[in-house]
Amino acid sequence: MHGEAKYKNSAAFYDVDGTLIKTNIVHSFAFYASRHASFAKSAMSTVKTAASVPVFWAADKLSRKWFNEIFYKSYAGWSEDRLFELSEELFTEVIKPNIYPRARDLIEESRRAGCRQVFLSGALDFTMRPLARYLGADDLLANKLEFVDGYATGKLQKPFIAGATKADVMRAYAKQHGIDLGESWAYSDSFSDYPMLAVVGHPTACNPDFRLRSTARSYDWPVLELDEEPARAADRRPQGFASTRKAFGPIRSLRRGRGEVNH
Amino acid sequence: MRAIRPKTRTHAREHIVTIDTDSAPRIMFSGENLLMEDLPVGTRVIYPKRPMTGVANPRATIRYALNHPEDSDPLHAMLSPGMKVTIAVDDISMPLPIMRAPDARQLVLEIVCEMLADHGVDDVHIIIALGLHRRMHDWEIKRMVGQKVWDEYWPERLYNHDGCDPDGMVVLGHTPHGELVEMNRRVAESDLTIYVNLNFVPMNGGHKSMAVGLCGYESLKAHHNPKAIVASNSFMDPPKSYLSHSFKRQGQLIERTLKVFHIETVLNNRAFDGPLSFLTKNEDDFTEGDRLKFAGMKWALDRLPFTARREMFMRTPAAYELIACYAGAPDPSHDKTVAKLNEQNCVEVNGPADILLMGIPYISPYNVNSKALNPLLVQVMALGYFYHMYRNQPILRDGGVLILTHPCSDRFDPVHHPSYIEFFNRVLTETTDSYTLETKYQDEFAYNPSYVEMYRRGNAYHGAHPFFMWYWGQRGREKTSRVIVVGADNATVPAIMGWESAGSIAEAIAMARGTMGRSAQITMLHHPPYMISDVM
Repeated sequence: MHGEAKYKNSAAFYDVDGTLIKTNIVHSFAFYASRHASFAKSAMSTVKTAASVPVFWAADKLSRKWFNEIFYKSYAGWSEDRLFELSEELFTEVIKPNIYPRARDLIEESRRAGCRQVFLSGALDFTMRPLARYLGADDLLANKLEFVDGYATGKLQKPFIAGATKADVMRAYAKQHGIDLGESWAYSDSFSDYPMLAVVGHPTACNPDFRLRSTARSYDWPVLELDEEPARAADRRPQGFASTRKAFGPIRSLRRGRGEVNH
Repeated sequence: MRAIRPKTRTHAREHIVTIDTDSAPRIMFSGENLLMEDLPVGTRVIYPKRPMTGVANPRATIRYALNHPEDSDPLHAMLSPGMKVTIAVDDISMPLPIMRAPDARQLVLEIVCEMLADHGVDDVHIIIALGLHRRMHDWEIKRMVGQKVWDEYWPERLYNHDGCDPDGMVVLGHTPHGELVEMNRRVAESDLTIYVNLNFVPMNGGHKSMAVGLCGYESLKAHHNPKAIVASNSFMDPPKSYLSHSFKRQGQLIERTLKVFHIETVLNNRAFDGPLSFLTKNEDDFTEGDRLKFAGMKWALDRLPFTARREMFMRTPAAYELIACYAGAPDPSHDKTVAKLNEQNCVEVNGPADILLMGIPYISPYNVNSKALNPLLVQVMALGYFYHMYRNQPILRDGGVLILTHPCSDRFDPVHHPSYIEFFNRVLTETTDSYTLETKYQDEFAYNPSYVEMYRRGNAYHGAHPFFMWYWGQRGREKTSRVIVVGADNATVPAIMGWESAGSIAEAIAMARGTMGRSAQITMLHHPPYMISDVM
C-alpha cells in the first residue's frame, strides 16, 4: 500500500507563480496598488501600474535582475504593517481562486512519498506566506523587501531569488537540512528556472512555456499539466439512486409492453 | 512494386502454408506500414483460423448466461433491494484493435443494469478495472459503455479504478504463498461484485480480472516480476503459467472474502473485414481486387506522414463478434472461456522453428489511442506476447533466432507513457538485467510523486509499468540466442534493447542462418489477428 513514506532525505522544490498558481507578482502589486488609504491615491497608483506593464514586460525580457530592480521600486514608501496586513486579503481575493486544480494533489502525493515541501519563489515573502500555509509547505524561500523604519525602500534584500540564484539557494537549503538533491524534485513552468530544475535528480516541467516544454522533451523530463482539471475524479459517495429506475424503467416498460402485445 | 502472383493453393491445412518456388510474397506489418516480402522456399507461414460465426443474438446469449451460470446461483437470485453492488469492467487494453460499437461490455452492462434496477438495487457503481494501466479518457469510457449507461452513471457512479488511492484501497490478506492481496475499497465493501470482462487471449479473464484489475502496486508485485515471467511456459497456457497460478491464488482468497459473480464474454478474431479483409487472407489466394487494394493501401501508407497513418489505423475498429458468454464462478466459467478461445485461436503446428519471423503491428494493449508504439512496447509485443503465443512447447526452439519487422522509432507518448521515457533513456541504458532493475529502480519509479500524480489524475500508466513491460519479455530474451530487427529507422533503439539490425528480411535470414545453420527451419507468424501455435 502507499501508506509508508519512501523518500527520507528528499525535498520537492516548487516555483510558485505560473506553476502552482495562475497569478504572478504583478497581480499582487496591482492588488496593493488598488488598496491605498484614499480613493484618489488608489486610482492613480492603479493607472500608474497599468501604464508600467510594458516597461515591466520589456525589463523582464532583458534581465530578471533589471525587472526586479524596476518592479520592486514600486513598493517604495509602503508601510510594513500595511503590506503584511493586506497579505491575507490578497490571498483570499486574488491568489486562492487562482490555485491550479491539481496543485494541492501534487503536493499531497509528494508529501506522502516523504518529501519535504519547499516553495521557492521570486515573489515577496509576505505575499506567499498565506499560500504556503494553505498548501502545507514546510518552508518558504522567497524574496524579501528591505524596510527602513517600518517603510519599504523599494529594494530587495540579497540574494535575489531568480534564475541561477534559485539553484544556489536550493544547494544551501539542502546542505542545511541534509537533503539529497539527487533524490529531490523541482517543479517549474518557466525556462528561466532551468538552473533550479537542472540541480535536482527529478526535474518536472509544470504547465511549461514553449521553451521549457521543448527542453523537457529534449531531456526526457516529465511534463505535468496542473492547470487541467483532474480527469473527472469521481465522488465515490453513492448518489442519485432513484434515477437508476428512471433510466432503465422505460426499457422495462417497453419489454413488458411488447410482451403484452405478443400475448 | 512487384505484384503478388496468384497461385492455386494445394495445401491440406489452410492455416499452414509452406513457401515454394512460385509462392506469392507475404504481407507483414511493420508498425504503421506494410511490407511485402519474398520468403525462402521451405518457410512455414502460420495463419490464424477463420473467424468463428458470431452468436445470432448476443443479448439473448448474455441473458442465458446470467440465468444459467456455472456453479453459481443465477444473477437475479443473488439480488435484493437495498444491497450495495459494484460492477467492475475491463479497460480499453482489450480487444485490439478496439471493436465496433456496440462493445460487448456495453451489451452486458445494459442488461445487468436493467436487471439491478428491476430488483430495486440502486446503490450501484461501475468501476473501470484498469489495475495500473492508464485512466481511460471520458470519451473512451463513453464509447465503451454506451450512451445509456454513460448518461446514467457518469461521473459519480462510473469511474476509473485508482490503485494508488491510500483511502480507496484495502488489504484483504495474504495467500499461502505470501502474496499480498489488495482490493478496491468500494468493491471490498460491496454486498456483491459483478465482474464483466472481455476475453481475447487465454491469459486474461478468470481470477486475473479481480486480482489484477482492482489491485494496487504492492499486490501486483507478487506476479509482475521477472521470476514469475520466466517460470511461465507460456502466458497463453494457463496450466503451465506461473502468472496464472499466482492470479488463481490471489483470486481464491478474494472469492473466499467477497461475493463475486463473473461474466465472461468471448470474441472471435475478425480483426479486419470489408476493404481490409485481404490482410487476413493467404496471399496465394489473392484476387485482382485484393492486389489492387493492397497496392493502393501501400501506395498511400508510403506517402502519408506518420501521424496520419497512425490515425488511419486507430480509427478503423475491428468487426469482432461475440461467440460465447459464460457466467458464474470464476474457475468453471473461465475454463469454458479458455476452451472457446483455444477453439478459435489454436493452430496445430508440427515442431518448433529455428528462426521465427513476425511483423509487429501498430498496436499493443498499452498504446490504444496513444501517439506511438514506443520501443518498450515493440519489445513487449515481440518477446512478451508473440513469443508466448504457444502451447505445449515454444514455437521458437530454445536458442533460436527471432526476426521482427518494425521501425523502432524513438517515439513516446508523454501523456500516456511519461515514466517509459525515463526508464528507456536513463535506466535501460545502465542495465538491461531485469533482476537488477527490479531491486534497484522499480520502487523509485513506483513512488515517484510526479508519476503517481500523472497516474491518479492524468492519463498516464503507473510509474512502474515500464518495468513490467521489460520483465514481460524476460523469458523470450533468455530463450532466444539473437533478436534481429528489420527496418529500424535508427541504430540506437535496437542497440539499447540488445537487438541487432538488418536492412532487409533476406539479410536478417542470412544472419540468423549464421547461427542456426543453412537448414534451419524458418517460420513466419502471419498476424494480426493473432493465433496460438499448438506445437506438437
